Amino acid sequence: MFFSFLVVVILTAVALVVAAMTIAKLIGPRSYNAQKGEPYECGVPTRGQSWVQFRAGYYLYAILFLMFDIETVFLFPWAVIVEEIGIYAIVSISFFLVILVLGLAYAWKKGALKWK
Amino acid sequence: MDYYNLQPILLGIDRYMNSIMPGWLVTVLEGLAVGIFIMLMYIILAIILIYMERKVCAAFQCRIGPNRVGGKGGLLQVPADVIKMLTKEVITLKNSDKFLYGLAPFLVIMASILTFSCLPWNKGGEVLHMNIGIFFVLAASSIGVLGILLAGWSSNSKYSLIGAIRSGAMIISYELSIGISVLTMVVISGTMDIQGIVESQAGAWNIFRGHIPAIAAFIIYLIAGNAEANRAPFDLAEAEQELTAGYHTEYSGIHFGFFYLAEYLNLFITSGIATTLFLGGWMPLHIAGLDGFNAVMDYIPGFIWFIGKTFFIVFLLMWIRWSFPRLRIDQVLALEWKYLMPTSLVILIVMTICKVYGLIF
Repeated sequence: MFFSFLVVVILTAVALVVAAMTIAKLIGPRSYNAQKGEPYECGVPTRGQSWVQFRAGYYLYAILFLMFDIETVFLFPWAVIVEEIGIYAIVSISFFLVILVLGLAYAWKKGALKWK
Repeated sequence: MDYYNLQPILLGIDRYMNSIMPGWLVTVLEGLAVGIFIMLMYIILAIILIYMERKVCAAFQCRIGPNRVGGKGGLLQVPADVIKMLTKEVITLKNSDKFLYGLAPFLVIMASILTFSCLPWNKGGEVLHMNIGIFFVLAASSIGVLGILLAGWSSNSKYSLIGAIRSGAMIISYELSIGISVLTMVVISGTMDIQGIVESQAGAWNIFRGHIPAIAAFIIYLIAGNAEANRAPFDLAEAEQELTAGYHTEYSGIHFGFFYLAEYLNLFITSGIATTLFLGGWMPLHIAGLDGFNAVMDYIPGFIWFIGKTFFIVFLLMWIRWSFPRLRIDQVLALEWKYLMPTSLVILIVMTICKVYGLIF
């Protein structure tokens, strides 16, 4: 039952985009102009490639994100049974988080969170 | 509270349809009905939200806002804009990566429709129901950032690329705070099922049950949710004064409309999830001891409660948007990694201790 609804929802999303695009293609005007396909940069012809390397700072955040996102995934099953396992839940989460926070503290000290 | 349960009605319709036609036809018809319902709700809500945003923005800036099209209130302004958008030409770029350029709106719309159909509108009134519902919402909503990155990268323009990279870094960072706030609420409810979370709040809403840690988690969720929806003061993905329109600079007509649509629906979804987790979803407001008051509140249908609370949070987020100036990218990332994330980890531990020692109501 769930999977048939999941398929329905995904198909709805695809249908919404395809239907709107089809209507727009049918009733929208069409004209050719050499300037039209140029990237928009305030009317000035674009200089050089746009697919360039950008600063490494963003990658550092992405790597840190990976670490903490996986952690969140691991914590969800734990969160459901906190009431059953009682005090053991606090002990296990403390160990888990201390190790993680050490990682964050290391990255912080190394300057990964500084925007230079 | 059970007067408005939708489940028996829907099951009754299903049984009746199964008795008069073959099984595959029932599946197809139900699928069509659900699909059309989702699509209509999606578009109508987007129109309402855009109209509301314009009116709220105007009120905060001492203007009237839309007031010409469709009578005095300008009610038909947004539908007219939608029609205008449909009649504009969809431009194909010369140097873009055509496949990824076309794929990006699909991903953005898909992420928001998937999360949209998980919202609990009423008792028994949600499309996708499963026992790991809130986890599924987190997973599905992170598809959206892929769409944004693809849109920015594939259109081969510098404005788009900068907007997309900024937005990507910001959204993945704030996802952590959202995840941990949600986790805090899973700890207090003891289930990941969205209907289960709502039903665990029958006595009191989570924000009252969890007192201090729940209120702190709520505030963190609102800040992070605002960033997740790419809205001011975190709108540097499309900082119009510096980047024109950010990652959707190169999109035109209805192609751009999809991003606009998804942006407003993400606002609604963020508020809807906040309502579900913290403000009791479709649960009516109950005050212990006032039995007459509680009985009157029970007569208001669940979906009215849900929509009312959600629009309250939407208004709160619009208020924030029109009151604060934009942050810089380094300030945005520092706010998340140096303040919000450590704070939310502490809140998680405090909440666990409260839960284990029975310090919640």
